[in-house]
Amino acid sequence: MTSPADLVCRELTKDFDNFRAVDQVSFEVPQGSFFSILGPSGCGKTTLLRMIAGFQFPTSGDLLIKGNSMLGVGPNKRPVSMVFQHLALFPMMSIGKNIGFGLRQRGVAASEIKQRVGLVLERVGLPGIEDRQVDQLSGGQKQRVAIARCMVLEPDVLLLDEPLGALDLKLREHMKIELKALQAEFNTTFVYITHDQSEALVMSDNIVVMNKGRFDQIGTAKDLYYEPANAFVAGFVGDANRFEGKITAVNGQIVTVQTEAGVSLHAQLTGQGAAVGQMAQIFVRPEAIELSKTALQGADHSNASERIVDSVLFNGANSLVILRDPISGETIQVTLPQTGAFLGLGKGETIYTSWNPAQARCFVDGDA
Amino acid sequence: MGSDRSKLGFYLLLAPLLLWLVTLIILPHIGLFAVSISEKVGVREYETGLGNYAVFFNEPLYWRTFARTAFMSISTTVLTLLLGFPIAYYIAKLTRGRTKTTLFLMCLIPFWVSELVRTFGWMILLRETGVLSNFLQYTGVIGGPVEFLYNDGAIMVGLVYTSILFMIVPLVTTLDSLDDSLIEAGYDLGGSGFSILREIVIPHAMPGIVSGCIVVFMLSLGNYLTPILLGGKDSLWFTGLIYTQFITRFNWELGSAFGFLLLALSSAVVFLGLKLSRQSLSNTMGR
Amino acid sequence: MKTSLVSMTVLAAALSATTVSAETLRLLTWGGYAPAEVIEMFEAETGHTVEVTTSNNEEMIAKLRATNGGGFDLAQPSQDRIASAQEEFGIYKPIDMSKVEEAQIVPSMLSATATNTTFDGEVYGLPHIWGTSGLIVNKAEAEQVADYTDLCDASVAGKVSYRLKRPTLIGFAYAMGLDPFAAYGDTEAYQGILDKVEEKLVSCKANVKTYWDGGDEIKNLLRSGEVVAAMAWDTGGWQLNADNADITFVAPKSGALGWIDTFALPSRGRADEAAYAWINFVMRPDVASMITNAAGNFTAAVGGDEGVNADLKARYQASFDQAAIDNINWYPPVPAGLETLEGATLDRINAAK
Repeated sequence: MTSPADLVCRELTKDFDNFRAVDQVSFEVPQGSFFSILGPSGCGKTTLLRMIAGFQFPTSGDLLIKGNSMLGVGPNKRPVSMVFQHLALFPMMSIGKNIGFGLRQRGVAASEIKQRVGLVLERVGLPGIEDRQVDQLSGGQKQRVAIARCMVLEPDVLLLDEPLGALDLKLREHMKIELKALQAEFNTTFVYITHDQSEALVMSDNIVVMNKGRFDQIGTAKDLYYEPANAFVAGFVGDANRFEGKITAVNGQIVTVQTEAGVSLHAQLTGQGAAVGQMAQIFVRPEAIELSKTALQGADHSNASERIVDSVLFNGANSLVILRDPISGETIQVTLPQTGAFLGLGKGETIYTSWNPAQARCFVDGDA
Repeated sequence: MGSDRSKLGFYLLLAPLLLWLVTLIILPHIGLFAVSISEKVGVREYETGLGNYAVFFNEPLYWRTFARTAFMSISTTVLTLLLGFPIAYYIAKLTRGRTKTTLFLMCLIPFWVSELVRTFGWMILLRETGVLSNFLQYTGVIGGPVEFLYNDGAIMVGLVYTSILFMIVPLVTTLDSLDDSLIEAGYDLGGSGFSILREIVIPHAMPGIVSGCIVVFMLSLGNYLTPILLGGKDSLWFTGLIYTQFITRFNWELGSAFGFLLLALSSAVVFLGLKLSRQSLSNTMGR
Repeated sequence: MKTSLVSMTVLAAALSATTVSAETLRLLTWGGYAPAEVIEMFEAETGHTVEVTTSNNEEMIAKLRATNGGGFDLAQPSQDRIASAQEEFGIYKPIDMSKVEEAQIVPSMLSATATNTTFDGEVYGLPHIWGTSGLIVNKAEAEQVADYTDLCDASVAGKVSYRLKRPTLIGFAYAMGLDPFAAYGDTEAYQGILDKVEEKLVSCKANVKTYWDGGDEIKNLLRSGEVVAAMAWDTGGWQLNADNADITFVAPKSGALGWIDTFALPSRGRADEAAYAWINFVMRPDVASMITNAAGNFTAAVGGDEGVNADLKARYQASFDQAAIDNINWYPPVPAGLETLEGATLDRINAAK
């Protein structure tokens, strides 16, 4: 007997005048989890979120919250709350009035509102700021007030529409951690939409990658990163070097692809039915590529090649080197080992690379 | 040396404004005040005194007309606000692009003709043999011709029509600046349409509401043509009294006193309105 | 012989003067008194240019008072409103009769106007156009209205209109058997008359559809049939008669109120030559007829009715037989201060419920 999922979507579809924004999307979000919808702008994630919030109604399909269908239920009657992209705090009200707004609408007694507002402000770490005005708060404080304004209503699901987008980088990094902590503190189901894969990867229990109105893949951050279901997910989630070419050999799950420049690469096939002659893409993570100052040969070192250093991008533990193929001229990114062994690389130096075919993913064109 | 020159520049730039203020506003009012405190005692003989103001307070016709004008102007303002707000909300929030421009222009159309023509238009519609009376007879709502003209209702219609644009423009401007997500957030937090209007939309639009109300009130209070042409036997308007004193009675002294009283009335009502709505003049008119 | 010689030399002098300096004549007058074709003829003949401002008696005085008699070169107030305005505000300068071709003006009107517009021994007005106010009646609907007080009859309730102005007070006073003009000089007697008229007009208020303000307004009301009897000017009635034979001007039993609009020179006018040239020009019989045809009222020009169209003459004669003409009550000059009494009366009528 598992508890029913907080949010269930069944073949949810939304058509606009001349295009389909959300195309037969189905998913479940278990109680208390942090669920992210990740996708590029225009992928339909905002429409999906607005359907959950009740600002838009689906063309077909069903949407259930705590087992109850929300079709025909207005946004003010749904047990969901939303943190807007620009937070949408009411500038004409004090912080206390902002947070108390929803409770006032429910007809809660003034004394109880006061108490509950005080309590929720404590929980988000901003006790005693009820009488301040919105424009007296910093960006991070506003963020927490916006969450408090929703959480005081004890919603079943909290929707967050890219709320970190307007913050500067440092604060954004900090708020990622804080949001995750707040979610744990309230133990409420969070549905978070973003186009920033690092936000999704850091905070989420489950992530769905959305593209062109459809769900490409649902899974944990690790699943998406290491086992992408298709070329789009492989390219969108995390950094990757991408190669394109024609399949020249299929050997079980390992396929050989020849790029236009004439280089043969080996990678593990995702999916079934690869045939010689088909076009395919190969994705290799920068950290999966091994570097060596001496030439590498033999079966242990497939995908070995000789490259020239184009530039070194120093970023502490995340330093990268950009390498150029002397024949084709195409470049790849490689993460520098944290041992610091290759920090002395200079532009124009020759270096040898290789990667294990098991750590490279090949997708046959046509199924993405 | 440099600061002297910049000061000179400042005064040079200030000069036209000061000239305008002094010659067109302050001097005429000083003159008006001087005339208002001179009492006529005989042919080409005048004395200084407050007799003209005493006349106003001792003659019920004058102060009743004064109060009536103030009351009807306030009613017009309220009516204009009630009519203009939904229109402005519709234009600002529910339309986009070309429709918005078209609707806005449609509000402007009545102002392409003079106020006189606009008022005559209403006379054609409202008179006993006019369009409205004939239409109602044709549809059988009324049995015989009905006079809609020459009453206070006709004045209100004319005044609202004349001034509604001046309500809609500031309202559209402020409502336009209201982020849609604030309204959505209101709904999301469980608000009803009414509570969102009361707690979010109206507080946000308050500067526009107040500035629109000030302009409409001033326009109605100072209107002359509409009350004269559309009003009936008892429909007196204070500007009409001022005109009568200046032109037909040759009593500039009393007319000036009336003018000052009207100025005091409008200032007092605007001040009161600002106090009640907790807005400041710079916040509402200086935008 | 001698006078004609004088006038000839004056004319010659005037002509030579105009050829030397063309002036702009700023004319403050009534609507219709300066038709465009007359202005064109005048400008072609004399080289002066004319700028017309149309107004009414009260506004003329107010405008000239505001500028101490400046801003205009020739004004056309009614003859009864000149002497008092001159006494109060000093806005006119005397007429130089040597520059006027007296022979063109009907002598009786010239002398009557001169008498009425004399202040401190100087004459300030020359007659131009005369007319009356009385009743305009829709004969098909309100045959019975024959005097001002008949407007208060129950049979025309809600279908009458008049102005809330001094001619109404005076017309009603005559219809009530009083003689307001005789009481002009006696403030107390005049106040007594005003009080009686006030009582009548207050009781009559319920009968009135609306107090009219402009000539077009009352004509529209009569034309549409919303009003069947009104107190108004004769020309309005004749104009309506042209469209609807039932409506015409009726000289009331107690007498129409006769007015003469004049020429008066504002005290600070700058184009006196042009002003006299205009006066002499428009009083020519042919020009006077043109003006009558345009304005609807007859002029004080000798032979000025000869060129008037037959329809207008017929309407005039239908409204005025000889007895009605003899019965006209001509406005005497209004003594200074009378308007204040009348104003208070009008205010009280206005305020009454």
